[in-house]
Amino acid sequence: MAASDAPTHPHAISWTDTLHDWVTTVDHKRLGIMYIGAGLLFFIIGGLEAAAMRWQLAFPENDALSPETFNRLFTMHGTTMVFLVGMPVITGFGNYLIPLMIGARDMAFPRLNAWGFWMFLFGGLLLYFSYFGSTGLYGAGSAPDVGWFAYTPLSGKAFSRGNAADYWILGILISGFGSLSGAVNMLTTALTMRCEGMTLGRMPLLVWMMVVVSLLILIAMPPLTAAQVMLLFDRYLGAHFFDTQAGGDAVLWQHFFWFFGHPEVYILMIPGFAYASEIIPVFSRKVIFGYSAMVAATITIGVLSFGVWAHHMLAVGMSSGLNIWFGAITMVVGVPTGIKLFNWIATLYGGHIRFRVPMLFCAAFLLQFLLAGLTGIMLAAVPFDWQLTDSYFVVAHFHYVLIGGLLFTIFAAIYYWFPKMSGFMLSETLGRWHFALFLIGFHLTFTTMHIQGILGMPRRIYTYPADRGWDVWNAITSFGVVFQAAGIACFAVALVLAFRRRVPAGDDPWDAWTLEWSTTSPPPAYNFEALPHVKSRRPLWDEKHPEDPDWKYE
Amino acid sequence: MLALGSLVLAQGVNAAARQTPSIFAPASTPAAEVAGYAWLVIAICAVIFVIVGGMTLFALYRFRARPGDEGREPPQIYASSQIELAWTVVPILIVFVLSLVTARTILALQKDERPEGWLEVTAIGHQWWWEFHYPEYGFTTANELHIPLSEGADPWPTFLNLQSQDVIHSLWVPRLSGKTDVIPNRTNHLWMDPHEPGLYVGQCAEYCGTQHAGMLLRVVVEPREDFERWVAEQQRPAVARESLESERALFEQTACISCHTVRGTVARGEFGPDLTHLMSRATLGSGVARNDRANLIEWVTNPDHLKPGARMPAMQLAPAEINGIVDYLVSLE
Repeated sequence: MAASDAPTHPHAISWTDTLHDWVTTVDHKRLGIMYIGAGLLFFIIGGLEAAAMRWQLAFPENDALSPETFNRLFTMHGTTMVFLVGMPVITGFGNYLIPLMIGARDMAFPRLNAWGFWMFLFGGLLLYFSYFGSTGLYGAGSAPDVGWFAYTPLSGKAFSRGNAADYWILGILISGFGSLSGAVNMLTTALTMRCEGMTLGRMPLLVWMMVVVSLLILIAMPPLTAAQVMLLFDRYLGAHFFDTQAGGDAVLWQHFFWFFGHPEVYILMIPGFAYASEIIPVFSRKVIFGYSAMVAATITIGVLSFGVWAHHMLAVGMSSGLNIWFGAITMVVGVPTGIKLFNWIATLYGGHIRFRVPMLFCAAFLLQFLLAGLTGIMLAAVPFDWQLTDSYFVVAHFHYVLIGGLLFTIFAAIYYWFPKMSGFMLSETLGRWHFALFLIGFHLTFTTMHIQGILGMPRRIYTYPADRGWDVWNAITSFGVVFQAAGIACFAVALVLAFRRRVPAGDDPWDAWTLEWSTTSPPPAYNFEALPHVKSRRPLWDEKHPEDPDWKYE
Repeated sequence: MLALGSLVLAQGVNAAARQTPSIFAPASTPAAEVAGYAWLVIAICAVIFVIVGGMTLFALYRFRARPGDEGREPPQIYASSQIELAWTVVPILIVFVLSLVTARTILALQKDERPEGWLEVTAIGHQWWWEFHYPEYGFTTANELHIPLSEGADPWPTFLNLQSQDVIHSLWVPRLSGKTDVIPNRTNHLWMDPHEPGLYVGQCAEYCGTQHAGMLLRVVVEPREDFERWVAEQQRPAVARESLESERALFEQTACISCHTVRGTVARGEFGPDLTHLMSRATLGSGVARNDRANLIEWVTNPDHLKPGARMPAMQLAPAEINGIVDYLVSLE
């Protein structure tokens, strides 16, 4: 990627110099790009793992993959997509955009920022090293097969011998330090480094949402880390926290894990809301409707996210009282989430909507996220959940959230901010192909999955009998992978072509309103020649419309 | 005509062979209650989807940019407290009503103690098979749960105690009831009162290791008399045939008996399924294969062929020994 702060040697810069610049950088923009780039590479790996699983499940009683291989694949797929794709990509955008959007020259702790990135990457590589090293130097090792939430006692020493589960524990624990340091950094930056005039009430919604996400990370991540250390104690130091054969409690792990795991869903999803909240207004040509309500709804979602964890455990045999509480409080989350959806629709209302690629992805996001939210209500409806949990319906639901919701907005964000990051435009034509193919593939794969769940197919099975009536649906689900892969191929080609064709983006290709568009594309290392002074939430609107500035109305 | 007839017949046979465990084909009160409640939830969600989705599509279509819009910005509307209030209050009301219905359904369905007169069965999850113990009748069987029809003036529901021998499993027979996890060091409960006789399939619903997918479950629902006949048969100890004396001795001299029980003999192992009335079961390996002589030979030779990863080891026996052992097993009716 074009790097404006590369040292300008009189002679050509060798690739080792470039590499050295990137490896040693503490620039928030380069680290942001590296986070996103590493996340996209892991996305390809996680996607290939999913494709292999869909090949195995395309036909009943298929034996393309052994059960051991399949179980490793879904463990690595889930772990990769959550911890090594979702987390770095949202941290990357946060890193890149927060200082630019609040008119700062860098993050509050640039070195901590670099440390966080390298910890994340090391954690991810450690996890994947399990494929070669997990049983030690002697035998051929292999990857963990305990599922991405590693339920005890299955992940304890008695049932997971060897070191595969340890790679899961340590890989995630280490990359977790990266997430924690990223959260400290984003929070401090947003709270202390805003430019003159940018009060909290004028922060772009993306920054507000990343503040909430950072707080969620700081509260939710430590319980996971603690539980992972406890599991290591069980496995190596003779502790019995989760060791049921010595009186430990299997369900305790689930409480720890989901106390992290549910806020984690919002840690991943709120950044998706953040991108949509920046992109939808710009392409509707309207200010976001209900800024304060959006902030309040985000904070409410954040608070509620800590009271709903056991809705992942409605079938573990909790008392009726707890089941009623966790069902009800989970449905309450639908209220602030609904407020957001309504505000986005109100933003569209009366606009001049330009259907460029980022907006296409956001439009699909609105409808898909609506459906994801409604299947979430079905899963929170406790008795219904007794049928649906751990079935393919749940798989459909959370892929609707994380792909139909998050990934679609991530693609929107990449098409939207790539011109700022690189200085070049992405091809509109390839972007449309990417959108169309991925949309078709997504629905073939994940809309059908609801039906397998309703027909009684449990998740995480490597094969299924032919007489269950699931075969046709599974064939369609697997067929969708072809379209998804074709869409991703268009995306990859668009990225490569952007650097070949080098269509200049200019400072402000979308006629947008936040501060990152006031500097050059890509921005210089110091971001702004002179630190900006803002008077409203949309400083560039004020500049472009001096006759009718925002600060008159806010 | 003949071809057409056989085609129809073949399809009929196919349909009969299909065992789709749909949650919307309930055959027992807990499943029917959940299905009814689920339709209500789905209806509410569908109405919301149509309204909000319709609004979204309308806004996207109606307010698309048109020629002439360039260089001209639409009116900027910042917020409206009344509108925000409206779309906060309406969802709160929906959530409130839905929570009340949910609470009522939970309280109606969740039972932690066995009501008087219900059949008690203890289901124990193992990696990767099910053990069923009938405490009132004093026998144990595996993988195929038999329970009585419960209908009319003479209901006889079944109350299941769920326990695990190793990791977490989950017992799920979609047409009879929602699932409940089977957790070591705890006893969970589940109940079902089937209204139609027949075979109901289900399987383990919590990932439990290598053969999670092979932890299938079959529930046979029979009228009271048939069920009682089955119970009486299961209560009998194994009947040894005089002619198979040497085969039985072979079975009892190998490691088979460290894991398997054949009631009335020296075989008292507890790690594997009870084999006392092995041939009364239709399937092998927790439902992965038909229970017949050929499959038994394959199973005893190497269980990995039929169920890769199964906990039972290949015993490395000579073909003649395997034949003898299977002769004995086939006699356990």
